[in-house]
Amino acid sequence: MSDIVIKAEQLGKKYIIGHQRENGRYTALRDVLMQNARSVWNKTRDLVQGKPIVQGDTLEEVWALKDVNFEIRRGEAVGIIGRNGAGKSTLLKVLSRITEPSAGRVSIRGRVASLLEVGTGFHPELTGRENIYLNGAILGMTRLEIKRKFDEIVAFAEVEKFLDTPVKRYSSGMYVRLAFAVAAHLEPEILVVDEVLAVGDSAFQKKCLGKMGDVAHEGRTVLFVSHNMVAIEQLCQKAMVLQQGKVADYGSVEQALGMYLTSVSDLQKVSIADRTDRRGNQFLRFTRVALCDAGGSELEQVLSGQDVYVRFYYAASEQLCDARVHVSLAIVDRGRILINLNSYNSGSAVLDVYERGFFECVWKNFNLTAGSYDCIAFCSVNDEVADWVDSAFTILVENGDFFGQGDSTLHGIVLVPHRWYSHPDLS
Amino acid sequence: MHNTPTKQTEHLLILEPGRADKNYWRDLWRYRELFLILAWRDVSVRYKQTIIGLAWAVIRPFLTMIVFTIIFGRVAGLPSDGNAPYALMVFAAMLPWTLFSSALSEASNSLIGNANLISKVYFPRLIIPTATVVTAFIDFLISFVILVGMMIWYQYAPSWSIVLLPGFMLLALLASLGPGLWITALNVKYRDFRYIIPFVVQFGLYVSPVGFSSNVIPEQWRLVYSLNPMVGVIDGFRWAILGADSPPYWPGFALSLLVVAFFLWLGISQFRKMEKSFADMI
Ligand SMILES: Nc1ncnc2c1ncn2[C@@H]1O[C@H](COP(=O)(O)OP(=O)(O)O)[C@@H](O)[C@H]1O
Ligand SMILES: [Mg+2]
Repeated sequence: MSDIVIKAEQLGKKYIIGHQRENGRYTALRDVLMQNARSVWNKTRDLVQGKPIVQGDTLEEVWALKDVNFEIRRGEAVGIIGRNGAGKSTLLKVLSRITEPSAGRVSIRGRVASLLEVGTGFHPELTGRENIYLNGAILGMTRLEIKRKFDEIVAFAEVEKFLDTPVKRYSSGMYVRLAFAVAAHLEPEILVVDEVLAVGDSAFQKKCLGKMGDVAHEGRTVLFVSHNMVAIEQLCQKAMVLQQGKVADYGSVEQALGMYLTSVSDLQKVSIADRTDRRGNQFLRFTRVALCDAGGSELEQVLSGQDVYVRFYYAASEQLCDARVHVSLAIVDRGRILINLNSYNSGSAVLDVYERGFFECVWKNFNLTAGSYDCIAFCSVNDEVADWVDSAFTILVENGDFFGQGDSTLHGIVLVPHRWYSHPDLS
Repeated sequence: MHNTPTKQTEHLLILEPGRADKNYWRDLWRYRELFLILAWRDVSVRYKQTIIGLAWAVIRPFLTMIVFTIIFGRVAGLPSDGNAPYALMVFAAMLPWTLFSSALSEASNSLIGNANLISKVYFPRLIIPTATVVTAFIDFLISFVILVGMMIWYQYAPSWSIVLLPGFMLLALLASLGPGLWITALNVKYRDFRYIIPFVVQFGLYVSPVGFSSNVIPEQWRLVYSLNPMVGVIDGFRWAILGADSPPYWPGFALSLLVVAFFLWLGISQFRKMEKSFADMI
């Protein structure tokens, strides 16, 4: 039976958010009182008229999902990918009935269990055992079901010894393991999972992926949001790319991942041409920064392990041959320079300068883990600073298969290619 | 479409803006285990955290009873109901009042207190405020032991009307649930509403016939006085506990019942109206 279990038609979700009117800080008590009086009046009026009200003076509608159409068949595992704020969580919330759609319609056949967070409803004062029952019930299991799976859950979480300890005394690892163990034993017809695997140690993540893989292969329908591309590739047959609340792509996993990684939406295109907070004599001025792959197509996001070509486009006042050019890309982490890639150190300090051109830094086997990295763009020409922009752009990184082992669970910030050996100590 | 979700005739759910939930009450029944477990959580956390909390639940109404007995009974010299000792008459009202006020406070803060659940899982939201009321009921049962102790102390035997007591307990809970549901729903949107509750509780203690018998209210005002739903509840309680010779003022009691029913209807309908947007605002 490959019938359709989830069908979304013209689905939309609108949020109303309030903005405080920008008029600086309150200076006088009178202003504060006036402000409050006005807001009380507005609220009362809205209350009487039965309008939705939110804090703030002006209201803005935000469509977190718009015109979303898709069909999911029974037994399919579908990965959902998209940048932060793309509407992934909102979609899952609508499908799991936590929030009502504002437009369109969804038909769902079968019971949905949602796992939007690990350990929803866990109470720190209660023991591990009590929390298993509590969390299980919250996720929609019956008491009997939990009882039946209790031992399995405990074994999966590896917390046998601490079953009667309040979970507030658990280490964060134990807490996550227990929470996930409960969720992993859900048996709904449709399972909806948000980015919950981002927590927990990698061995446990693997175990969970294994368990979820079982679920997916048992013919249950799974919707799975993750930033972990390898996990999506392993678990899902299809993937959906959300971009600003719309379905940008829905199809095979390879196609969707490719589209996600290279999609160049205007909003996110890094542009520093209009920055005014820059230093230097502006003999040369950065106009744009682009991250490209080997084929020259622009990347929205870099995968660890990928070869990355960073291009600093510029406009210069005149053309120079063999100038001393100190061009630098520095990655800043909490105020300290984590990495500095500059033309002096790498022996490429003598370069031509064109009126319109770009400096390109080749970064083989990109060795940072998932995150967004704040970058400085700097250039001096013939020992005079020409342009210097702090926080010129950010590099968004997703974990990729850096070590070539088919695994993208990575640790730390900076990755170093390495190998371990084992030798007998014969001394 | 069949209603029983079996393998063949499968449960079909349609989500649309403003679509009324046909299966709401059935869903509520399906989630009864969650209700029980949330109630159990609230109770066990409460009694795990503080033995003092437990003692407080008992001591506070008891101390208030002593103060009221002295002020209204001795200083003001108000009469008791029938031949009941004044202290017993006050405590027989203190119980439903405390049940009402703590159920109301717990229910009113319940949604905000469970924001995390609401934004992460689906279940009929009505479960949350109703489950918290159970905690108030457990406190009530503990205080009830004190009442029994007092009756033994005063050697006061209850009459047949004591069998009606469970009905009045339920009435006290329903009286608190109506406004509680409404306020907790409003609280999600307008956080300021939580400040209303301590005020209602403070004020209500004095305008309800807790420290005195409602027989001291002049005859022509009794019906108006009964617009306060707690008047009916408390009178009923006293009647059940103290004996059949001081029955409530029936027209007033009927009015109190109507007011309770009205608030319950208002609370549930307002709650259900706002329920769907809880997750977006909380
Ligand atoms: N409760 C809410 N109130 C207002 N706006 C919200 C709310 N929840 C989400 N949004 C907005 O909806 C958009 C999509 O959010 P979300 O679904 O969480 O994205 P994702 O999970 O893809 O990162 C964002 O712009 C976010 O700010
Ligand atoms: Mg999200």
